[in-house]
Amino acid sequence: MRGWRALGLLGGGAILLLFPLFLEQYKLYLASLTLVYLILAIGLNLTLGYAGQISLAHAGFMSFGSYAVAILGPLGVPFEGGIIVGTAIAFLWGLVLGFPALKVKHHYLAMVTLGFNIIVFLVLRNWESLTGGSFGISGIGRPHWGPLRFLSDRAYYYYILGWATLVVASAYWILHSRWGRAFRAIRENEMRAEVVGVSLRNYKLMAFAIGSAYAGIGGALFAPLLTYIDPGAFTLDRSIQFLMMVVMGGLGRFEGPFIGAVVVTLLPELLRASEGFYLIIFSLAVILMMLFMPKGLVAAWDWMVCRLTRRTVSPAHPPPPPEPAAVLEPE
Amino acid sequence: MALLEVHDIHAGYGKMEILHGVTLKVEPGQIVSIIGPNGAGKSTVFKTIFGLLPVQQGRVLFAGEEVTNRSPEVLLRRGMTFVPQGRNVFPLMTVEENLLLGAYIRKRSPELLAEVERVYETFPILREKRKDRAGDLSGGQQQMLEMGRSLLLQPRLILLDEPTLGLAPLVFKEIFRIIEGLRKRGQTILMVEQNAAKALEISDYAYVLELGKNRYEGSGEAIRNDGRVKRLYLGR
Repeated sequence: MRGWRALGLLGGGAILLLFPLFLEQYKLYLASLTLVYLILAIGLNLTLGYAGQISLAHAGFMSFGSYAVAILGPLGVPFEGGIIVGTAIAFLWGLVLGFPALKVKHHYLAMVTLGFNIIVFLVLRNWESLTGGSFGISGIGRPHWGPLRFLSDRAYYYYILGWATLVVASAYWILHSRWGRAFRAIRENEMRAEVVGVSLRNYKLMAFAIGSAYAGIGGALFAPLLTYIDPGAFTLDRSIQFLMMVVMGGLGRFEGPFIGAVVVTLLPELLRASEGFYLIIFSLAVILMMLFMPKGLVAAWDWMVCRLTRRTVSPAHPPPPPEPAAVLEPE
Repeated sequence: MALLEVHDIHAGYGKMEILHGVTLKVEPGQIVSIIGPNGAGKSTVFKTIFGLLPVQQGRVLFAGEEVTNRSPEVLLRRGMTFVPQGRNVFPLMTVEENLLLGAYIRKRSPELLAEVERVYETFPILREKRKDRAGDLSGGQQQMLEMGRSLLLQPRLILLDEPTLGLAPLVFKEIFRIIEGLRKRGQTILMVEQNAAKALEISDYAYVLELGKNRYEGSGEAIRNDGRVKRLYLGR
C-alpha cells in the first residue's frame, strides 16, 4: 500500500510539473483555476466535511483574499503580504461566523452563512472608494521575487502549484494531528467527543476559521489569474459551486476535494462540444452522481484502489475466528 | 472522605429545571446505584456532575475538591469518566481509534499504548475487532468498547449510564459480569440501570430518585428488600 501511495504521489507530481509545459493558454488557465479551486475545496472540506458545519459563505471568504491582493498590490505591498492580510481577514471573519455556528446547525447554519455571503457581496458592490463597486478592480499584478517574475501564465501556474502544495501539506498535517482527530470526533458523535474531553466550542470555531482562511488563500491566488475581479465573482452561485465540489468529491475524505475540483472545473469544459446543452448535461450528471454515489466520486476511487491492491498486494481477508466471550479476569 | 459528594444540586435544560435538589455520596471502592422511574432525572444527574449541563444551585465535590460547573476535560484530568447511555461510539472510526480517542486529553505515549493493551486484556473481543469500524460492532460490543474507553487513564470514578439498555438477555449478563469484575479490582462506580433489581444486587449503596429529588436511600440490600420501593419500582 505504501509503495503504491509513493508511486501515485511521484506520478501526480510529475504530471503537475511537466504537463503544463505542453498546454496552450486556455488549458493552462483551466489547470491554474483547478488548483485554485482545489485550495478552496480543501478549506470547505475541513469546515463541512470534517467538522460537519455547512457554509454557504465560502465565496465571501474567498473575496477577502482577492480584494486584499488587488487593493494592496498598487500600494506597493508585496504579493505575499497581500495573501497574508487576505488570509488573516478571512480567518478572523471565519472565527466571527463560527460563533453563530455553535448555536445553529444544518439548514439554519446554511441560512446564516448564506446571509453573510450576501452581505459581503453588497459591501463589495457599494464600498466604491475601496473596492471599485460593481466595476471591480482591473490590472491586478502578479507576484515577483526580485528578478524572478511570475508574469506569464505558465510561470504563474507554477506559483499557484507551489501554494497548492503548501495548502495540501498543511491540511494533511492538521487532519493527522490531534486537531484532525478532534474534528472527526465531533462530526461523528458530538456527545461522545465532549465526553472524551474535546472542547466542542474551540474546535468548531477553529474548523470554521481555518476553512475560511484557506478560502482567503485561494481568493488571493484567484485575482491575478484573471487580473480582474468584481463582486459578481463572489456570489452565492460560487459558494454553491464549492459546496458541489466538496459533496461530489466525497465529504470528509482527503481525496474528495481533488476529485471534486477537477470534475466541477473540467467537466463543463469537456462538455462544451455539445454547444448549448452542456449545462443541462452537466447538471444531469451531478444529479445522477448524487443518486448513485451519495458518498461522492471518492467511492468510485475506493473501488478502483481496492481492486488494484487486492489483486496485486494482499490476499483476501481470512474468515474471522469465532467470538470468544469477553470475561473479565480479576487481577 | 467520600470520593464524590453531590450537595443539593439543581439543574436542567435551559429554563426547565429537572433536578430540584439531589444529594448523593460515593465512597471509594463502592458501587452506588441510582434508581427511579422514567423522568426522575437519573441521566440528568450524570450530565450535570460531568459538566455537560450547568449546575444552577448546589455543589459537586470530587476527592474533596470543588468541581461544580467544571468542564468534562477538567473532570477527566481529575480521574472521572462518563459512559453515556445509548451507543455512543464514533461509528466510522476503528475500535482502536475509538479507544485512543478515549485518552484524547493525554498525549500518545508508550504508557498510553500499554493502557490500551490492558483494555484489550479485559475485553479480548475488542482486540480481535481492533481494525473494524466501531459502528459495525453489535450493541453489546459497543457497550464494551465504551466501558473499555472509560477504563483508560485509570479513572478513580466511572459514571455508567444504563449500561444494558436495549441489550439481549445473554449480553446483559455479560455486562453485569464485567461490572462485578471491575468491582473486584476495586473500581468505584456510580451507575444508573433500568434493571433496578439486578443493579441493587451488586450495589453497596443506592439512591431512589423521584421527580428530580431524593426519595429513599440505603444499602443495596436494604433498598432491594424495602416494601415501598419494591411495590413502586421493582414491580414485585
